Amino acid sequence: MPARPEQNASVRPLPWRRMIWVTWRQHRFALTGVAVLLGGLAVYVWLVGRQLHHAYALASACHPAGSPVCSVLASSFQSMDVQLSNGFVWQPLPALIGAFIGAPLLARELETGTFRYAWTQGFGRRRWTLAKLVLLATTVTAAAAAFSVLLSWYYQPYFTAGNQGRFLTALSPLASGLFDLRGVVFAAWTLAAFAIGALAGVLIRRVVPAIVATLVAYAGLALAAATFLRQHYLTALVTKNVDVPGTALVLSQWWTKGSQFAFGRAPITLLQRICPPPPPKAGPGNFSKSDFVGQCLSRHGYTQLTSYQPASRFWSFQLIEGSWLLALSLLLIGVTIWLVHRRTA
Amino acid sequence: MNVIEASGLGKRYGGTWALRECSLAIPAGHVAALVGPNGAGKTTLLNLAVGLMAPSAGSVTVLGGLPAGSLAALDGIAFVAQDTPLYKNLSVADMLHLTRNLNRRFDDRYVRSRLDDLGIPLQRKAARLSGGQQAQLALNLALARRPRLLVLDEPVAMLDPIARHDFMATVLTAAADDGVSVLLSSHVLAELERVADYLVLLSHGRVQVAGDVDDLLACHRVVTGPTAQADRYSEGLNVVHARRGEAQVHFLVRTNGSADPVPQGWEAHPVGLEELALAYLREPGAAALPGPARGDDAQLSAAMQ
Repeated sequence: MPARPEQNASVRPLPWRRMIWVTWRQHRFALTGVAVLLGGLAVYVWLVGRQLHHAYALASACHPAGSPVCSVLASSFQSMDVQLSNGFVWQPLPALIGAFIGAPLLARELETGTFRYAWTQGFGRRRWTLAKLVLLATTVTAAAAAFSVLLSWYYQPYFTAGNQGRFLTALSPLASGLFDLRGVVFAAWTLAAFAIGALAGVLIRRVVPAIVATLVAYAGLALAAATFLRQHYLTALVTKNVDVPGTALVLSQWWTKGSQFAFGRAPITLLQRICPPPPPKAGPGNFSKSDFVGQCLSRHGYTQLTSYQPASRFWSFQLIEGSWLLALSLLLIGVTIWLVHRRTA
Repeated sequence: MNVIEASGLGKRYGGTWALRECSLAIPAGHVAALVGPNGAGKTTLLNLAVGLMAPSAGSVTVLGGLPAGSLAALDGIAFVAQDTPLYKNLSVADMLHLTRNLNRRFDDRYVRSRLDDLGIPLQRKAARLSGGQQAQLALNLALARRPRLLVLDEPVAMLDPIARHDFMATVLTAAADDGVSVLLSSHVLAELERVADYLVLLSHGRVQVAGDVDDLLACHRVVTGPTAQADRYSEGLNVVHARRGEAQVHFLVRTNGSADPVPQGWEAHPVGLEELALAYLREPGAAALPGPARGDDAQLSAAMQ
């Protein structure tokens, strides 16, 4: 009997492609679920999107803008799918995909004990983990990217320059709720949710708590990004022009007097003193109160400044957010693999 | 070649050692039984050997020096964990296909004919198999990998007597026909006599007894005699464990092979494996470990503490 280890002391690893069948077989229900969900939603978006685009085509082609006929067409476009127009309804989608694919990936193995089977097969524990994570991450990211192409198409009418002149809704492509549906960012958020889920799974080791933790962590991160982070990706522009384009993302507005900061919003006492409200029915009907106040303050030497992010920065912002999300996801996946490698049963 | 070789191996969970200063060499070609009470560290030792855990101290190698958990080690070892985990939502055929994809070797014909013999339908979901069928499926998947070492953690604990018998028959056939070395843990001592030819007894995280079963049995005997003369007689003996009754006393004695005649009124019997294991389990201080010249003549040295 040979006392030395035989020549297979360093065996050649098994080919990666074997994990494709393994991963599909074990996750086909979850993957089919995602496909059905996204497919169903895609059909819906396509159907309502065609109507929206049709209504927009009629409204934007109408001349002269503001005429009674055009107003009817404009309002029929405006009133369409208002529940979708702020984009918030799509926000949970990346989180759900990530949580339901990512979190059970390792948590189920650890919860049911099947990791003792999986990690003692000839494929090797680290390679098994790497292959599964990469395959599933790629799949969900690609699916999300495809869906996001459809969403980009759907929302396109709202971002067209010149909507304001035709009395049509103009939305900023940088607005929270819309920015992260389009470009590369929707897919990047889905990848991040998946990575958060995988890490939560290996840390918590139970499926349902890991899914819940993933949703909570994702919501916190998405909220923080939308509220605090995104507006600072590039230094905001400041303008004295009161007519900031409707597709720009307005961050804040304030008043100055003699290049000194005066106030954010005019105090009531000041307004009563220098700009008493006009007598009722004095002005034309479409002359709003804020226009009146603004013009009055301007006459008294105040200047209104607006800081904003122009719509033209959309792709810069997309690349910045996509990059940090990708880096975060790779980091989380790396940590997950490291934890699996050093985890003791 | 040693299928498992541990030196100074230890595993700590938080502040407590589940396994401590474990030095052990199990030669190839045996059905080795790892015995000990619950919490003795059996599962810990097996998990370290198959690479599911990393040791806190010392080292463990398998199959003649391969690091535990390395790809080469995983290739040569098949492990069936406690409660035989299977993917419950997969069919038997899927489990076969899965195992084939995850391993270099997979004897599809062998496992299919085995499952056919056992009446386990390929299309049934693993969750819908009986406990005995699940255990058989896990075992035959492991054997189909054509391992050099088969490691079983409490394989029969959850099985009824018939399933238990069938399971062990499969293991013994593989060991006898294909020369697979087997290491199995169990706290069911009665099973061992029929099965094991190598014994490792763990107690409180330490190796207490290790050796070839024939050697161990040859080195021990039971001596029975009147309680009144017990103390006087036992002075010259290496008593592992004494069981005193009103009239009679039973000594399990280490003889190191010598068969000295017993005094008048005393009787000597050969010892059974179960009795031997029980005696050592009752005396955690006693140990029977291979001496420095371990191996060929399996000389045993006793240490009374």
